[in-house]
Amino acid sequence: MPPSRSHGDLRRHLLRAGGAGSAYLALIASGLLAPTRVLAAEWQRPAFTATNFADALKAHGSQTSSEHREITFNAPEIAENGAQVVVDITSNLPDTQSIAIFVEKNPMPLAATFNFANGALPQVRVPLKMAETSRVRAVIRTADGKRWHAQREIKVTLGGCAG
Amino acid sequence: MTEPIKIRATLQGDTTDIRILMQHPMETGQRKEQGTGKLVPALFIQTFVVTANGKTLVDGQLNTSVSRNPLFAFKARGLKAGDKLVVSWLDSAGNKRSDETSVSS
Repeated sequence: MPPSRSHGDLRRHLLRAGGAGSAYLALIASGLLAPTRVLAAEWQRPAFTATNFADALKAHGSQTSSEHREITFNAPEIAENGAQVVVDITSNLPDTQSIAIFVEKNPMPLAATFNFANGALPQVRVPLKMAETSRVRAVIRTADGKRWHAQREIKVTLGGCAG
Repeated sequence: MTEPIKIRATLQGDTTDIRILMQHPMETGQRKEQGTGKLVPALFIQTFVVTANGKTLVDGQLNTSVSRNPLFAFKARGLKAGDKLVVSWLDSAGNKRSDETSVSS
């Protein structure tokens, strides 16, 4: 078999593999394959490492969302210790799929994201570190792809990132 | 090297309260070591999954800004006493940990 032929085979093989990969990504994008079924979902580096609020929202796809009263946001008004600020978020919006939490003034604003499936209720309690007094925003994504948010200002008397 | 994940899952009527304590330093990379003044490198849980009987309930992604040894609370419907709950995490250094418990009534 001439070498060019086997190169051709290899190339076709790679092309096929690439095609299958993009088809899989397209399935994820279209929502036919829920990302929650992929156990080791890749850490969303661009969103988590964005260093200001606007960039973090944008990288997460959450730059446009409206405030919604059906999201309950429990948090202290004043946190004495920024190393441990417990926030408790519940979405009462039907078909809530995920909750993302942003601390506007932290060095990297996106703190955590949670996807819910198979009977998990769309609510979470999580302890956060806060560098300084800041607004904290919870962004909810519903099954129709829409984003909604609720936010609170939390005063911090002792910052929690260096401690 | 990794510490066990402490999980408690308790039936309360038709919902199950799930408490998960992930024992992890959650280093931000900005903290200075006392004495030497050297920066302690970032080391934090990046992804975790909570499954019940093999099905994903919650999958989460975290940043350095989640507290040290974080205690999470979740709720789920449709579970019964004895159902197997597994929590697994993967941190920024590639360390993995997985622990399990049964739903108690």
